[in-house]
Amino acid sequence: MWLDTLVQGILLGGLYALFAAGLSLVFGIMRLVNLAHGDLIVFAAYLVLIGVTLFGLSPWLAALLAMPVMFAFGWLLQTAVLNRVLGKDILPPLLVTFGLSVVLQNGLLEGFSADSRRIPAGSLEGASLDLGLVTVGVMPLLTFASAIAAIVALNALFYHTALGRAFRATSDDVVTAGLMGIEPKRIFAIATGIAMVVVTLAALYLGMRANFDPSIGPARLIYAFEAVIIGGLGSLWGTLAGGVIIGVAQTFGAAVNPEWQILAGHIAFLAVMLLKPRGLFPRAVD
Amino acid sequence: MILRLDNVSKSYGALKVTDNVTVAVPRGEALGIIGPNGAGKSTLFNLITGNVLPNEGRIEFLGRDVTRAPAMERVRMGVGRSFQIPQPFEGLTVFENLLTAAAFGRGGREADMVDACAHILDETELLKKANVVAGTLSLLDRKRLELARALATGPELLLLDEIAGGLTEGECKALVATIRAIHARSTTIIWIEHVLHALNSVVERLLVLDFGRVIGIGAPDEIMASREVREIYLGLEV
Repeated sequence: MWLDTLVQGILLGGLYALFAAGLSLVFGIMRLVNLAHGDLIVFAAYLVLIGVTLFGLSPWLAALLAMPVMFAFGWLLQTAVLNRVLGKDILPPLLVTFGLSVVLQNGLLEGFSADSRRIPAGSLEGASLDLGLVTVGVMPLLTFASAIAAIVALNALFYHTALGRAFRATSDDVVTAGLMGIEPKRIFAIATGIAMVVVTLAALYLGMRANFDPSIGPARLIYAFEAVIIGGLGSLWGTLAGGVIIGVAQTFGAAVNPEWQILAGHIAFLAVMLLKPRGLFPRAVD
Repeated sequence: MILRLDNVSKSYGALKVTDNVTVAVPRGEALGIIGPNGAGKSTLFNLITGNVLPNEGRIEFLGRDVTRAPAMERVRMGVGRSFQIPQPFEGLTVFENLLTAAAFGRGGREADMVDACAHILDETELLKKANVVAGTLSLLDRKRLELARALATGPELLLLDEIAGGLTEGECKALVATIRAIHARSTTIIWIEHVLHALNSVVERLLVLDFGRVIGIGAPDEIMASREVREIYLGLEV
């Protein structure tokens, strides 16, 4: 039973890592904590839902089409709004993203009502694989595999491309980056665009695995934030580890008492903070 | 002229850090800048690179008015700079530092820049440390990386800010030899330096700044013999 709980927790961690990867990316590059991150996940979930229900697309195709839309949305958001408030003072971007969170929640409430929705996943919803000692759901397995694929892809982008080097250079020193011909504001816009693509992937699995409504964004933000902090600011693999720790803590908490699920995740977060205040694998200096 | 500053001034509140500076630098020249701490030397570099915009005056680079042009545009036009306190991208390797500067500073594909970067690493004696993470380098190697990274941007005008500061005599000699070789290829150099023997062994003219004002410009021997310069800069009673 405990092995099964452990495996389910690890797989749940994949979903939390997907929630957190975009947040980690944006924080790592521009030290911006996007308080609207959870609401952007919910927004993307509705976008995928529109593709599925209005145009009859499969969830995968709907998500694939939503990704460039979300990239453009992220790029515009950064260019038109966030770049204007980024600076030495961390308060303005916090206030602006908090405002964006409120606007998104109310906009979604107006557009889609408070009713819970779910992205239909067809036969995958109940599908499972018998691995002998444990049985795992296909959807959680796909979620975890997608989280690893997303983190591998982001790491490849970071460490093996010119754009990735520009991300890391800008993250290190934005003024010097400008003196090397890099346009930090353009780099930030691309980074937020990429983060929104990851957000769309997270939204796809969120919407297929659970009900969602316009109000659930802030809770997703907290899970994402905890995963990023546990992993160490700026480390994508650390973010996956953070997601897994929260997932495992939640499933073990739920196994002991269903009411303890969420609490156990937060306790795990506090425990890591007590032992390793900078997280498990910190990369960012600030 | 590769660079021309006409009546350039910069103030922070009531403090005038650059005061009506006018100077023209011919292509291929090596110009040294000296002055006491706080004279406005680094601010002058910031004005040339576009990190700081002037309150008054005009800056021309390669015959084009760049007074309000952003820093990244000036880099792509050929203004390369090293910092007084080395500021490498600490999380990147030495080679990645150069590759990034070359790709974005020159505006080309990284693949086309690899050979040029390797050559610069060789010239600045960093080839063996190409894969070392920049944050772990010694002071000398950080200074070398500053120079190498500025060269990687393909500068027509190279601004060196106290690159010999803090080095031993032997290290300084090696660095001067490298700068001489760069200058021999007709790269225009403006060099701020307190290590005067190093500076005077390379530059053709010296410019002296004090309280943001140009108080002298001319051949190094002439400048060093000037009573005003010796009083203000060297602190000698003559």
